[in-house]
Amino acid sequence: MALDHQAKRDFKVVGTRVARPDGIDKVTGKAAYGADITAPGMLFGRILRSPHAHARIKSIDVSEAAKAPGVKAVVTSADFATPDDEYYADIRDNCLAREKVLYDGHAVAAVAATSKAAAKAAIRLIKVDYEILPHVTDVDEAMKPDAPVVQEGRALENVPAGMSQNVTSHFEFGHGDLDAGFAKADKIIERTFKTAATHQGYIEPQACMASLGADGRGEVWCCTQGQYMVRANCAEVLGIEASQLRVISSEIGGGFGGKTTTFIEPVALALSRKSGKPVKIVMTREEVLRATGPTVSTSMDIKIGMTNEGRITAARGELRYQGGAFPCGTVEFGAQAAFAAYDLEAVQTLGWNVMTNRPKEIAYRAPGAPTSIYAVESVVDELCQELGLDPLDVRLMNAARKGTLSAYGPTFSEIGLVATLEAAKAHPHYNAPLGPNQGRGLSCGFWFNFGGNTCVSLNINDDGTIGVVEGNPDIGGSRASISMMAAEELGVPYDKVRTVIADTTSLGFNDVTDGSRVTFAVGLATIKAARAAIQEMCKRVAKIWGIDEDAVLWEDGFAKPSGPNAGTHPPMSLAEIAAIAGNTGGPIAGHHEVNADGAGVSFGVHLVDTEVDPETGATKILRYTIFQDAGKAVHPDYVEGQMQGGAVQGIGWALNEEYIYGEDGRLQNAGFLDYRIPVASDLPSIETVILEIPNPGHPYGVRGVGETPIVPPLAAISNAVSRAAGVRMTELPMSPPRLLKAMSA
Amino acid sequence: MKMIPVETTINGDRTEFLCNSDESLLDVLRDRLGLTGAKEGCGTGDCGACSVTLNGRLVCSCLVLGVEVDGAEVETIEGMADGETLHPLQRIFIEEAALQCGICTPGILIAAKSLLEKNPDPTDTEVRYWLAGNLCRCTGYDKIIKAVQKAAAEMRAA
Repeated sequence: MALDHQAKRDFKVVGTRVARPDGIDKVTGKAAYGADITAPGMLFGRILRSPHAHARIKSIDVSEAAKAPGVKAVVTSADFATPDDEYYADIRDNCLAREKVLYDGHAVAAVAATSKAAAKAAIRLIKVDYEILPHVTDVDEAMKPDAPVVQEGRALENVPAGMSQNVTSHFEFGHGDLDAGFAKADKIIERTFKTAATHQGYIEPQACMASLGADGRGEVWCCTQGQYMVRANCAEVLGIEASQLRVISSEIGGGFGGKTTTFIEPVALALSRKSGKPVKIVMTREEVLRATGPTVSTSMDIKIGMTNEGRITAARGELRYQGGAFPCGTVEFGAQAAFAAYDLEAVQTLGWNVMTNRPKEIAYRAPGAPTSIYAVESVVDELCQELGLDPLDVRLMNAARKGTLSAYGPTFSEIGLVATLEAAKAHPHYNAPLGPNQGRGLSCGFWFNFGGNTCVSLNINDDGTIGVVEGNPDIGGSRASISMMAAEELGVPYDKVRTVIADTTSLGFNDVTDGSRVTFAVGLATIKAARAAIQEMCKRVAKIWGIDEDAVLWEDGFAKPSGPNAGTHPPMSLAEIAAIAGNTGGPIAGHHEVNADGAGVSFGVHLVDTEVDPETGATKILRYTIFQDAGKAVHPDYVEGQMQGGAVQGIGWALNEEYIYGEDGRLQNAGFLDYRIPVASDLPSIETVILEIPNPGHPYGVRGVGETPIVPPLAAISNAVSRAAGVRMTELPMSPPRLLKAMSA
Repeated sequence: MKMIPVETTINGDRTEFLCNSDESLLDVLRDRLGLTGAKEGCGTGDCGACSVTLNGRLVCSCLVLGVEVDGAEVETIEGMADGETLHPLQRIFIEEAALQCGICTPGILIAAKSLLEKNPDPTDTEVRYWLAGNLCRCTGYDKIIKAVQKAAAEMRAA
């Protein structure tokens, strides 16, 4: 899939700032999210959760709850099937605990009742007899050989003997001779870092409405990043046929990776099957924080050697990530991404995945990368400080570019890192004066991006308008960008196109909305589907004109005769062709199905000024500028929005957000008051600079943009705070007490 | 427990409903009256997604009891547009891409409208502090602040 030779550098629709198609519904309150629909005879479901971090379930007595007023069904894990695949068994056991509860908030049983109040009252009548077990929530503690074991027998073969059974997998990447590299260094810095777990913090709690009959036919309406994923998970956990389960994705109130799995949908289906009625479950915020999401928490050692001139001679990282009570693979991404921004002769990263008594980790924007890159970029910054070097010049000197053998294996093709660094250097922000207690920090960021399984149908309507059917929930405006790409390719105005998100029965399989894949992969499939429709339209016109198909050219929404033997027919518009489609062979549509590769990696650079208060340890963000390669920004407003939103999530991670567990293994801050995400008054304006280094893997050069922006803020802010406070910070978040302690040490 | 009859005015329409004494205004709006534009993001008054005005005052409807609105005037997002004409804030939020997922948008629009009624010419800092009770996880607030200021300027000129 090379960049098209006839590449449309002169875009008509792509690159403009059109109004999004779901705008009016969303500003008037009409848009229907997960919790916004009702069904006739609907029941309300409610889930009983473990108060213990780790306990064996000796028995569950639901008899009193089942008899309570209004209660129509009670379910436990016994109502689920037995999937063959361990992946689905883990999903099942996270939806309702089987033999043990593995973390504070782990679901144990559920009821469906005629009112919210009746359901809430009934779960208190469920009697669970627990045998409390020792627990562990810290990653380093969990790796010790004598640590309480969260789950036995889950370690992969590559984990050396003698380690705790909580260590489930190990990864190693790199190349070159480390010893020789470090021997060449004039300065070597080695540091240990720790980062707290954070939550995706979507404002819409998980919500679903489910209906399942005794015949195994059912429907689920839910807020999700992937309806096909929900279908697969539910079918496996319930033991029903995927074909009989229709999953409809509602409007989604934020996901950021956190809605790429299921928690409540299988439970609602089980309750519905048992009660014979539709069941709605809406999580509370406390449930969201205790039992969904969060990220890994980490402990990391980074060692980097540098010459006096600023050339990195060798780099090594060892990453320990805990992903909660089930095996997780996130450290692999962290280890691959850690040194991606650098062209290194000798590099090695080791990663360990660890289980603890915490909720099962799920993706959050560039999963694994923000933390490892935070640690690497902190050490690079400290080396620059120690050697008296300009941190941007050092990054430019060592930057990965086309032809660089990346630290994780592949050789880079066209990438935009150098261009973003140069843009940062040229920006007035970089040389603006700083006052007392102020510091400037910067960091590079990287994400792989993803393509994946994608299926699109594009229908030419008989009135000359266009319907696009795609299968990826739209979180941040993707229906607009998909419509724009269809309009661009067909040569019709944007407002002639309507894009809808299909349910699982109406379109072939699509991977979840993740990996910054939708504008890239769905866009690519939409362009190819448009080309298939164009080919068909040209064929129809060739038939009408009585000439060869090859002699009809498509240009700006018209079929035109082309070449010496085509004749002088007047061009036919898309609308004219569509109007008579019934006479030329029937309806016209284009389809494209692909497992897209060529996503094109993404780099960004963030520049931040902070001021620290020496009396309170509070940090204020004074100025923030983002430079990022978007390949081609289809809708620049929404590209900027991704950059700004990701940066602010990173600001929260750097300064405030953390999962705080007590000695008892219980989460102590399960609410938005105590788990504090950034609010408007915490922040300055976030300036954005979009660079466009085309991705050769997409017809218009598009790269995913959604994930990279959360990567640089952690290190950029830590570097700025460290310089402002005069002390190197090595732990996140840099909450006021933690910073104050470091400053007074 | 017997339900309590309540008479109120919602978006200018006289409305009667029955609710339990411990039921929040948010639950009444969403579950009894079908007004699902107000969202529940937390249920504890921390996120502002359920913002409405009660006798002109900005409140989190999750922190108000349904029975408290007896005799009161409630304004929700469903009453913000005038027929097919959007309020300037609504229209400019779309124009300026001041929403991504949109779940916080109804609450932010209600809060912003309430601000501009009190202070038609706020500074950026005043907008940011007024909206500090409305969490948005998608946008980083930048485009929201710009949209509110653009709407304020347009409303002042009108």
